[in-house]
Amino acid sequence: MTYFFQYLIYGLQLGSVYALLALGYTMVYGIVGMINFAHGDFLMIGALGTYFIAQAFESFQVGSAYPMLIIGLIILIAMVGTGAIASGVEAIAYRPLRNKPRMIALITAVGVSMFLENFPRALPFIGPNPRSFPTLFQAKNLDLFGATITTTQLVMIVLAVVTMVVLYLVVNRTKIGSQMRAVSMDKDAASLMGININKVISITFFIGGALAAVSGICYASAYPQVDVYMGSWLGNMSFVSAVLGGIGDIRGAMLGGFILGIAQIFATAINSTFGYAVGFIILIVILLVKPAGIMGRLVVEKV
Amino acid sequence: MKGKKWIKAVYPAAVVALIYLLVTALRGVGIMNGYYNQVLMFAGINIMMTASLNLVNGFTGQFCIGHAGFMSLGAYGAAVVTSMLFKNTDSVFVFLLGLVAGGFAAMIAGMLIGLPSLKLKGDYLAIVTLAFGEIVRALLRLVKPIGGARGMIGIPGYANLGWILFFMALTLFLLRNLIHSPFGRAFIAIRDNEVAADAMGINTTKYKMTSFCIAAFIAGVAGGLYAHVISFIQPDNFSFTKSADFLVYLYAGGSGSLTGSVVGATLLTILPEFLRFLADWRLAVYAVILVLVMLYRSEGLCGGLELPFMRIRRQELYEEPLFGKKTKGKGEQA
Repeated sequence: MTYFFQYLIYGLQLGSVYALLALGYTMVYGIVGMINFAHGDFLMIGALGTYFIAQAFESFQVGSAYPMLIIGLIILIAMVGTGAIASGVEAIAYRPLRNKPRMIALITAVGVSMFLENFPRALPFIGPNPRSFPTLFQAKNLDLFGATITTTQLVMIVLAVVTMVVLYLVVNRTKIGSQMRAVSMDKDAASLMGININKVISITFFIGGALAAVSGICYASAYPQVDVYMGSWLGNMSFVSAVLGGIGDIRGAMLGGFILGIAQIFATAINSTFGYAVGFIILIVILLVKPAGIMGRLVVEKV
Repeated sequence: MKGKKWIKAVYPAAVVALIYLLVTALRGVGIMNGYYNQVLMFAGINIMMTASLNLVNGFTGQFCIGHAGFMSLGAYGAAVVTSMLFKNTDSVFVFLLGLVAGGFAAMIAGMLIGLPSLKLKGDYLAIVTLAFGEIVRALLRLVKPIGGARGMIGIPGYANLGWILFFMALTLFLLRNLIHSPFGRAFIAIRDNEVAADAMGINTTKYKMTSFCIAAFIAGVAGGLYAHVISFIQPDNFSFTKSADFLVYLYAGGSGSLTGSVVGATLLTILPEFLRFLADWRLAVYAVILVLVMLYRSEGLCGGLELPFMRIRRQELYEEPLFGKKTKGKGEQA
């Protein structure tokens, strides 16, 4: 039973990383209708960026820890920076292709992803070698039903849930949120209603990028190693969780992320290779039973 | 008129034979070395993979983004036959048997993956094929007799440029004829409008399945060739990155055009090798070139174009509805 709770905690931890990343996938899909394969790389940029920002703030270090305020500042800079890169990518690479067939945008996204991985890799001061991520949060162990949970894990899980609630409120209660929903329903009609589509899509990418940065910081705090390729498989897994939950639905992305994270940890406890495959197996089973994901609604094609 | 037709039928084969002779001659003179030869072999294999992907994505309008899964099954199937079952027999027939076995292994998987395609559409089908590719990879890592995650070593290097060119030409020839045939017309009809195709009495389920199976078979044979070129395979060779490569070849070359597959696969296989002088910047530059191609020629390099001997008469094949446009008025059949 102790093991059960311990695995559950690890699962929630991994799940929160997936969930935060899946939120970006699902928002972009919901609004632009494209699979942004470069989204995992925004996570990498967030984590790697945080590494360098933390180095820049090293002089503020007290002992081996940063003060709370500085941590907040570091995270904020990383979020804004990654968000800006995400909107930039959208403006340069995806916007001109908005009315082209969807696969074209997908291939461009593959290209963008390759660029985002290999450009930092080629830069002399970044390079291909993994780096150890600085300890942002000083971890303290807490006891929970006989299992150990660190404060870092607690912060991550809470952060993921809070982010989701905030995002849900933003999308459903604010003006920009209603604009987003309008654009996701019908771009042309939204445009006729005076909504600036480019701005809304930019903001969507910005939020997605910022969430990816948070997710990258969470991941790197849990598994303190960053390199330029870390984003690709995390991106794939969180894409799977977004589809699992029903792509285009914020609650679905969150649910899918946690389901996948927990399932993966429990399966890894049985066999490490199986742990990787189990996410995909769950995905296929769920899609066969419910073709639009757990929360998704199937759109009936009208002729 | 009859003579012209005969020439038309023969000269693609002649072109392939000429390429082979040219390469052999260049090797004899010493301009071609083993490295170039290997790049050409990979280009040939990539052409097969891209052309078969084209059948599913470009002509039938389904989204398969896990094509490397079929390739890995083919590679393993062929390798098991040649280096385990008939370990001590060194003959061409073993090699061919291996390729066919690999092809059938992939085809059975194609059938399995075709089943959900009856129910799923678009992006959901894409993600299932992605999941399929990754599951195959994970399962291959679990099977100990074929090396698990370490992979298989010491696969006899049966495949040479001649074989690869032969199978490549055969693939292109078969695919071109398939697309000419009523079968191919059905695929294209499904791509352009599935509901309409259904209403016209096309058994969409059957044709989508067939498309997946044929593509998987070709991918399996290509995988078998691949295994016998590099003589060492491991599951991680066939990850999603590999599938993404084929998608890139397909769409950069132009989907719905066999010429596009040939051009895309050849150019983009050679380009990274050509860029080797850039050292670390190689892949970044490659990515930039790819994005620029997609931005400025988003239908692909050869989108909507076919070389004469690969052409299908219908002009407006690429990504546009056949019935919405002005037709040329003559019969469709070439």
